[in-house]
Amino acid sequence: MLDYLLFGALPYVALAVFLIGSIYRYVFKGFQVSSLSSQFLEGDQLFYGSQFFHWGIIMLFFGHLIGFMVPSAVVAWNGDPVRLLILEFTAFGFALSCLVGLLLLIKRRLTTKRIQMVTGPMDYVVYIVLLLQIISGIGIAYFGRWGSNWFAAVMTPYLRSVFAFNPNVDLIAQLSTSNAIAMLMVKTHIASAFLIIGIIPFTRFVHFLVAPVDYLWRRYQLVIWNWNNKEIRKSRNYFPGKSREFNN
Amino acid sequence: MNIRSQISMVFHLDKCIGCHTCSVACKNVWTDRKGAEYMWWNNVETKPGTGYPTKWEDQEIYQGGWEKNGDSVSLRGAGKLKGLKNIFANPNMPVLDDYYEPWQYRYQDLFDAPEGDDQPIGRAVSLVTGEPMEVQAGPNWDDDLSGTPDYARKDVNFKNVSAAEQDAMFQLERMTFHYLPRICNHCLNPACVGSCPSGALYKRGEDGVVLINQERCRAWRMCVTACPYKKSYYNWSTGKSEKCVLCYPRLESAQPPACFHSCVGRIRYMGVMLYDADRIEAVASADEAELVDRHLDIYLDPNDPEVIKAARANGVHDSTIVAAQKSPVYKFVKEWKIALPLHPEFRTLPNLFYVPPLLPAMASVGEDGNYDSVNETLLVGVEKLRVPISYLASLFTAGNENKVIDVFKKLHAVRVSRRNSTVGDVSEQQLNTCMNEAGFDTHVANAIYRLTSLCTYEERFVVPAAHREESIEMLESAHDYKGNTGFGFKERPARGL
Ligand code: HEM
Ligand code: SF4
Ligand code: SF4
Repeated sequence: MLDYLLFGALPYVALAVFLIGSIYRYVFKGFQVSSLSSQFLEGDQLFYGSQFFHWGIIMLFFGHLIGFMVPSAVVAWNGDPVRLLILEFTAFGFALSCLVGLLLLIKRRLTTKRIQMVTGPMDYVVYIVLLLQIISGIGIAYFGRWGSNWFAAVMTPYLRSVFAFNPNVDLIAQLSTSNAIAMLMVKTHIASAFLIIGIIPFTRFVHFLVAPVDYLWRRYQLVIWNWNNKEIRKSRNYFPGKSREFNN
Repeated sequence: MNIRSQISMVFHLDKCIGCHTCSVACKNVWTDRKGAEYMWWNNVETKPGTGYPTKWEDQEIYQGGWEKNGDSVSLRGAGKLKGLKNIFANPNMPVLDDYYEPWQYRYQDLFDAPEGDDQPIGRAVSLVTGEPMEVQAGPNWDDDLSGTPDYARKDVNFKNVSAAEQDAMFQLERMTFHYLPRICNHCLNPACVGSCPSGALYKRGEDGVVLINQERCRAWRMCVTACPYKKSYYNWSTGKSEKCVLCYPRLESAQPPACFHSCVGRIRYMGVMLYDADRIEAVASADEAELVDRHLDIYLDPNDPEVIKAARANGVHDSTIVAAQKSPVYKFVKEWKIALPLHPEFRTLPNLFYVPPLLPAMASVGEDGNYDSVNETLLVGVEKLRVPISYLASLFTAGNENKVIDVFKKLHAVRVSRRNSTVGDVSEQQLNTCMNEAGFDTHVANAIYRLTSLCTYEERFVVPAAHREESIEMLESAHDYKGNTGFGFKERPARGL
């Protein structure tokens, strides 16, 4: 039953809340979409924490994305055990970088008075779900070897089934046969992933939705005209009375 | 030719009395808010000094501004690759302590203290943490050299000033300093705009004011790094960057900004400049030696029929062109060439120009113990100025001393010509030499004197209104909106099917 709630229902609740909430926040609360940088109040500790954390999590994000999009390529790569090890150890390295960074960030926030002044309950919620996510991820890597192989057999089909609106919860349930700890880790990892997606609109997580990639192809200078003096619209209504519409 | 209009400024440094009225006017209007307490969109520094934030001019530390890169320029410490690489934690960004920690006094304690043997005190509490603090620094801690050379000695502009000259500057008898009021320069090639990954910063086409869209700012805080003048500030409470808005609501109604309006020394001038936007990149990437000249060249003569035609074709309003013709900034910068940009080597093409300080003539005590105020000792030539030219060249001309000397010759000629009219102890020969060196006659000298000293409010500030009454015509055809107020109906009436 819990499985159905967590892997059959939660994904949809999370995705719905994420979509509606994020669009609402972006469109109507633009002022509240910000990375809420606190570097201005404390820069030195942030540097290591934030760099380790972000590079770790972004690499992991793209790793997961590749696994989801082209699982066959990952499996093919893993055909050679050496390459499998390379992949697993690199991923593990990024996970550790992410964990260390997050711990540094948490320590910084808890111990710096100035940072405390810009800390709200949601900052702690963010830390907790991220910790859960990373620790369970590391747990899978350790107890459920080799994730990069069975990902293609289990996770990709499961995620596809979710996106096809026909969630195949059994795929997750089947996993339990081999290893109880790994099982727990996988389940936590999936559930907290959807939890993260669901709370995006209510936390500082919104900042990665507006990651400024378009900067790469934008011109450096930006000039905005409030009025286009050169192109004033032609009248639709030179002869009032003939077409008395309310043209707005 | 792509002509645009730019609201521009001149600050006459000989007139600044360092009263900080401008800063306070600005603070009261714009930055007396949580998260903005430390910001001084307008601040007044004492030079030599380290300024605010400390040593802001030293780009070795802050990595602001543009660097020449072939025929173009690239941002020194921000930009597409450098900026995005550092987006998670920006090593070049100044932090609170580089400015100062803002504080308030617990005044109420003075009233509420119980009766006792000790004098009650109101302790300083931090406006960030709310906790009692020891005040370490303020936004103008080096004011008037703060009575010590500690700040002045660390001025970045001393790199080309010899040790002897520096020592002379700090001798009590010959001590020199001047004030440097600073606001955002609303640059033609703004580094802040170029550095903003989310495109929140932009230059307004109509008047060239540089603004941050608070709805689009995402706290990537690159502008704080990129602005070499450190005039973009991060609001630690809202998570948005903020900067001087040049009081644009006032500008639109033809009034000067609050700091200009309130300036006690009346050192500030504001007017329109027409410039050719197609040349920005070429000018910004000019060789350092030519930078000032090329920069001044980009502004065009508003009386030239060709320029007027091109400006009109580009949608510049007639009233703006008229304002450009009456612009006091044009006179100081282009006609008389006695105002210079601050740190042109940052290559942002700032639109705030400074008349460098000739400093008050100083009488000396002669050998006989009498106060010596005759012409020869009082009106020393440009060579014997109290402030080293190399110092001013580092501030205003990227090290080109001749450019500063040219300006001083003119300012000196004005002074001599006034001495001639008021005291009359100037020989004809001396007057002529000065005028020749300055390259103008007494008419021009008088015009400079007038606009410097006797200028009225209307002469100092020639700001064209934004013509809100015409704003409808700028968006829509007036015919459709005849008989409506403003923008007409927001919603059509429902008449059924
Ligand atoms: C993809 C592009 C991303 C960009 C450009 C980005 C940028 C930033 C920036 C500028 C900050 C503020 C750092 C400071 O205080 O100065 C920040 C903080 C943070 N980011 Fe990201 N981020 C990205 C992705 C992510 C992802 C994928 C996550 C997690 C799922 C994440 C989680 C966080 C957290 C938790 C903080 C708060 C750190 C703290 O103050 O303790 N970010 N991010
Ligand atoms: S002075 Fe700084 S903030 Fe102002 S326009 Fe220039 S670069 Fe931008
Ligand atoms: S108000 Fe005017 S005179 Fe006073 S400090 Fe500011 S710029 Fe100088």
